[in-house]
Amino acid sequence: MADPLLKVRDLKIEATAYPPGEPPQDITIVEGVSFALEKGRVLGLIGESGAGKSTIGLSAMAYGRGGVRITGGEVWVNGRDVLKLGTAGLRRLRGAEVSYVAQSAAAAFNPARKIMDQVIEATIIHGRASRQAAHARAVALFSKLSLPEPETFGDRYPHQVSGGQLQRAMTALALCPEPELVIFDEPTTALDVTTQIDVLAAIKDAIRDTGVAALYITHDLAVVAQVSDDIMVLQGGHQVEYGTAEQIINAPREDYTRALVSVRSIRHEEKQPGGDPVLEVSNVTARYKGTKFDVLHDVSVALDAGQTLAVVGESGSGKSTLARVITGLLPPAHGQIAFAGRRLSPDLAGRTRDDLREVQMIYQMADVAMNPRQTVGTIIGRPLQFYFGHRGAEKRRRVTELLEKIELGTGYIDRYPAELSGGQKQRVCIARALAAEPRMIICDEVTSALDPLVADGILKLLLDLQKIENVAYLFITHDLATVRAIADSIAVMYQGRVVRYGTKSQVLSPPFDDYTDLLLSSVPEMKLGWLEEVIAHRKMESAGH
Amino acid sequence: MRGVPVSALIGFFFTAAYFLGAIFAPLVAPYGLAEVVGDVWEPASRTHLLGTDSIGRDLLTRMIYGGRTTIFIATMATLLSFVTGSVLGFLAAVLGGWMDQVMSRLVDLLMSIPTLIFALVVLSVMPVTIPVLIVVMGLLDSTRVYRLARAVAVDINVMDFVEAARLRGEGRGWVIFREILPNALSPLVAEMGLRFIFAVLFVSTLSFLGLGVQPPAADWGGIVKENKDGIVYGIPAALVPAFAIATLAISVNLVADWVLNRTTSLKGGRGG
Repeated sequence: MADPLLKVRDLKIEATAYPPGEPPQDITIVEGVSFALEKGRVLGLIGESGAGKSTIGLSAMAYGRGGVRITGGEVWVNGRDVLKLGTAGLRRLRGAEVSYVAQSAAAAFNPARKIMDQVIEATIIHGRASRQAAHARAVALFSKLSLPEPETFGDRYPHQVSGGQLQRAMTALALCPEPELVIFDEPTTALDVTTQIDVLAAIKDAIRDTGVAALYITHDLAVVAQVSDDIMVLQGGHQVEYGTAEQIINAPREDYTRALVSVRSIRHEEKQPGGDPVLEVSNVTARYKGTKFDVLHDVSVALDAGQTLAVVGESGSGKSTLARVITGLLPPAHGQIAFAGRRLSPDLAGRTRDDLREVQMIYQMADVAMNPRQTVGTIIGRPLQFYFGHRGAEKRRRVTELLEKIELGTGYIDRYPAELSGGQKQRVCIARALAAEPRMIICDEVTSALDPLVADGILKLLLDLQKIENVAYLFITHDLATVRAIADSIAVMYQGRVVRYGTKSQVLSPPFDDYTDLLLSSVPEMKLGWLEEVIAHRKMESAGH
Repeated sequence: MRGVPVSALIGFFFTAAYFLGAIFAPLVAPYGLAEVVGDVWEPASRTHLLGTDSIGRDLLTRMIYGGRTTIFIATMATLLSFVTGSVLGFLAAVLGGWMDQVMSRLVDLLMSIPTLIFALVVLSVMPVTIPVLIVVMGLLDSTRVYRLARAVAVDINVMDFVEAARLRGEGRGWVIFREILPNALSPLVAEMGLRFIFAVLFVSTLSFLGLGVQPPAADWGGIVKENKDGIVYGIPAALVPAFAIATLAISVNLVADWVLNRTTSLKGGRGG
């Protein structure tokens, strides 16, 4: 085997932690990681948050983010150990031989400068091409990445293009200096599924056509399976499994990899409609104050007691606005909301304490949904005191019961939210909602900020609690895998309208309307070659039309 | 007290020394406040550690009694400005809409007049007593606190946990004092250290101009005023209060910094 382009041996990365009230201490973030990457190949780095995947990716540029230090091992790029390069050597390496695509293109582009200037900046600084040549190359890349009007696309400012387009522009930025290695750091995580598939296909084509090598970092195994030749699975800074994409997906050897591959395998029998409706939303139209644009058009949905209604759609489809209307934070312009047969006041101030108690809410970001200055006991105990007047020992007993229900030890009662992990925080939020003994809980993207395995745990817990407490869920999400796992009925929303509504089996079986078809076919599946199949299928369809 | 950094300990020591000196002034001071005990502007000696002042009173005694007045007025004014400023600021953030507009524009109006000039005008028509001084200084300073408190609270007010409290049906009192206040405390405490020192400077300025503490009572600004002519002859008496103000400023802020660090790192703070 010839010398590979990138060779990492026994990498060790450390950082300094500052625990409150204790002296600073060094912690090891990554240890004993070794891999090799040849020209034109793609290596996927996969792991949950905190697995060290971004840190390892950036080490290929000998870069440590925010106080992170590379303390051991070797990183060879093109036959040079980049950890031993001086400042001048690193400057020649970064942005020329090795380039980087960040997760949030919106945050990575300077909003005050035109896209073209930013795309060709590194190429010119490094003297890889003249301004005219770089410009021409950027235009060629724009067209290869299927950006609209490649000739003039670069004349726009970042805010004038969509998120998916900006992410592709960033890929062009990374490829423009003709680097030998590109690091993709979760490039599609922040995008909607229907956008993700286009970006993914564009990135894959660009990698193939330019013959560049790539490190592809993500937490989504289904995504990485589509673009990578090899995959390395990481957990807590250690490599768990390293092999070809085919082997990892089809024949995983380690338990942890198997868990990742079979994630979202929760299945739940759809309950038949019937029973008493808890929530009836009829013909609701809503707009935000001071705007002339309806965010919701004539939305009607209903939810039966003890069942789950999933509201699915992309960002901007109005699904979170629907939640605000139901909770009374945004009074609707037309239409009404009935709860357990009685009509609810459109605004919060007109609702009784019982109305408020019976509709609870769980948020996407558990860390901002809890007051960081209150203990778990206070957070869960407050609804008990507020709605039922429990105090002192009685309150504490009930809190303990709730902590057991959410499978969190009772030892957590005096902890602060900052001392909990993401999944634990979301569990506490569930307990706070349950404390009010509601008939319905609105779950707003409750699992989308969590790692897949943790999210699975939360979904299982929600399903179990539904059986015990007979509580109905209005489940807002963009993730169809979640919907398949837990819903009884589904409402698909697009641009403020409900485009498809019915029981889970009705909505998920053909014939589909165009939008539902697009949405369903865009969800990455855990198998190799899925991306090509979908793209080929879509091309055939559009040719047929 | 383990784990307290050296800087905070130094700050604590000097702050405590100043405050204790102020509280126990009659016990600590070697002479009486208005007692003439020597010649004019005697240099420092064993009997008069800091020398004497423009009419032969012991300067150390004057400084201790003066510190008592200055620190008392500054503390009370700071407390008054924080209570009114932060409560009104939080209220404006929580109420929003036109109530917020009315309150904020009124505060803008007050802030558009230079504080010193405003205070001079008010004090020249009002009887200059210590309570009047405290109220005037406290209310004028509360406009600054209002702006800070409102800015901080507006940020916190849109957090999901505040929305959760609202959806639960909590009243404004709970939202302000239990949800917002604990999270706004860190920036407010830091500001308080700074504001206290501004209050010390402000009361000294007023006294220096003759509109603050009235003779024969002593305060640091007054001591500068009484002894300023001595500087021409190389008498350092007027510089002693300046030195006191400087050391007090530094030590109070060392303590405030430490409190700030502690409250932000403890329990992770807001958003880590």
